[in-house]
Amino acid sequence: MNLKRSAIVSILGLTLAAAAGMASAKQTVKLVFIGPLTGGVSANGIGGRNSADLAVRLRNQDPKAKYSYELVSYDDECKPNIAVQVATKAAADNSIIAGVTHYCSVTAVATVDTYHKFGLPVVVWGAVLPSITYANKFPEIHRVNGTMINQNDVAAKFMTGLKFKRWVVIHDTTDYGKGHNQYFSEYLKKYGGNIVGTFGVTADQQDFTTELTKAKELKPDVIYFGGLTPLGVRIRSQMEKLGINAVFEGTSGIKSDAFIEGLGNKLAEGSLSFIEGAPWEKLPGGLYFTGKYAQQKYNEAPEAYGPFAFAAANLIMDAIEKVGPNRKKVTAELGNVKDRDSIIGKVTFDDHGQNIVPLITKYVVQDGKWVVWEDSEYGSGKRKLKGQ
Amino acid sequence: MTLGLLSQYVFNGLMLGMIYAMVAVGFTLFFGVLDVIKFSHGDVLMVGAFTGLATYLGLQALGVDSPLVQLLVMTVVAALAMGLLGALIAKYLVLPLRLAPPLNTLLITLMLGSVLREAVRLFYPQGSNPKPFPRLLPADFVSFGAFTLRADSMILLLAGLAAIVAVHLLITRTKLGLAIRAVAQDAETARIMGINFEFIVLLTFAIGSGMAALGGLMNGLYYNEINFGMGLLLGVIGFSAAVIGGLGNIYGAILGGFLFSALQSIGAVALPALFPGTSTAYKDVFAFAVVIIFMAWRPTGLIAEKKSERV
Repeated sequence: MNLKRSAIVSILGLTLAAAAGMASAKQTVKLVFIGPLTGGVSANGIGGRNSADLAVRLRNQDPKAKYSYELVSYDDECKPNIAVQVATKAAADNSIIAGVTHYCSVTAVATVDTYHKFGLPVVVWGAVLPSITYANKFPEIHRVNGTMINQNDVAAKFMTGLKFKRWVVIHDTTDYGKGHNQYFSEYLKKYGGNIVGTFGVTADQQDFTTELTKAKELKPDVIYFGGLTPLGVRIRSQMEKLGINAVFEGTSGIKSDAFIEGLGNKLAEGSLSFIEGAPWEKLPGGLYFTGKYAQQKYNEAPEAYGPFAFAAANLIMDAIEKVGPNRKKVTAELGNVKDRDSIIGKVTFDDHGQNIVPLITKYVVQDGKWVVWEDSEYGSGKRKLKGQ
Repeated sequence: MTLGLLSQYVFNGLMLGMIYAMVAVGFTLFFGVLDVIKFSHGDVLMVGAFTGLATYLGLQALGVDSPLVQLLVMTVVAALAMGLLGALIAKYLVLPLRLAPPLNTLLITLMLGSVLREAVRLFYPQGSNPKPFPRLLPADFVSFGAFTLRADSMILLLAGLAAIVAVHLLITRTKLGLAIRAVAQDAETARIMGINFEFIVLLTFAIGSGMAALGGLMNGLYYNEINFGMGLLLGVIGFSAAVIGGLGNIYGAILGGFLFSALQSIGAVALPALFPGTSTAYKDVFAFAVVIIFMAWRPTGLIAEKKSERV
């Protein structure tokens, strides 16, 4: 009896093993995802990781795919020193062919040399500092999202167009915040806006009452904030405490559900942000993405840059499908990407590997959601921003 | 600078100083009674704030919507829960290491802080995002020119003061306080006199951690936002405040708290005025630099610990 049962079990086991063997007949290719998976901006990092993971899962379900893919993910904690460690770990691992890397500008810019040295092709999925692609001409480095230059150009032009006159700029003192401050200030001057005060704050500061008290005295129409969601939530919330009646204008750094969740619908209302790429909610590919994302039942939202991570992973896998799992060939193939359709619109890499995205989308918070400006009641004139 | 603006700075500074003082009092209590530095204190404060928030959400779900009842229940639950947590930390992490080098206690509590922080981030739903903290206090305000005085801030300031005074009275005027002071002064003798040493230590840790919970709630009610990382810097600042004041002395902790917030405000206002182009981000650099100078000048703190009057 026992013998019989164990025989059945072994036969079953053998069948299963055979089935598994057949399923994994394809060669497995490893990709790496790097982003902030812990710490203050981890909501964005995890959203990006899930989105890249989704791209891999969908590809593995595709019977036409030549390879089977495996995503390894590392946490850069949004800290340059940690980022260099994990980048080296990934780049030194020969089984990893390419990477979807970095949300934080400070980490992305710190690791470009590492990727170049080891010849690991990467596609940056969220960091917006221009020098990541433009400081060098490394063939390995690509970026699907735009830079903060385009973003701030559009932001400054748009806001001066709304007849606002006086700005106070608050930015964090990392390269990211300083970059936003620099480009926004430049463009605002060009379009005739007036900056009456600039405050640099540390990236983990909790209390902004001193800066904001000073800002209040300067009577700004708009408070421009160059930094990421956690700080954005605190500053907006403390503006209210001090009775500052100004528009809160952020950057792509605050375009996340976490921003609205952290403030509550009432306080978040009327906050602005600007982000590169087409409004993906409206593209057919975008709906496909959100639908598939929902199916996988991830615990966290994809957040603003999830679609970029998804697109980056797909570009890499397309290249591998075409030229095979070889770092050099994948690097060369990624360099040829031109007018490629993706869920974030057309992607074309210039000779620095930068996606030339002409489009910046403007968002405003309306009733607890980020709404594309043109579709919002603010855009139609039904609601007014403060001081308008 | 107008008077209104100046009052606003002073008031902001007082509010911040009160929160720092509440953290510093905890550090000073622990050091007073057991000569240990419990570095997870700031994170206990954070857990206290999250406990308050979770209690609030629970009450909402139960249909209790009177802000006063909510606030009272939140305060009681958070303070008791953190008191218990503090006592557990003392019993299982601090007391067993009593005879080991003090560095071990420092390290183990530092690590515990990371554990608490990451636990909230991972296990609280969407814990890595900043959380809105409910507005339960009246938001009425009066404006005097540039100065906006809000009722909620005023209430918080008074509540913080009341909490510190209560702890002070407990320690100086009650029998329990006498026992705490006895243990602080000489644990062995206190034991011989029939004082339950372990109980007193656990109680002191409970009181200090309960204070941290109150500090966390105050922080939440004041900023209307809490996040899993809020305890880290508050812990460091609270510790510095306790050290400048003189570790082991309650008055020193309070003084240190307000002094530190004053230094930060001065750093943020005066530095850019004196040296145009400096960013206000240097305020912490300024404040901590002054702390270093203080330490060189008065290594035992402003109010030095008198051996006979510890705690």
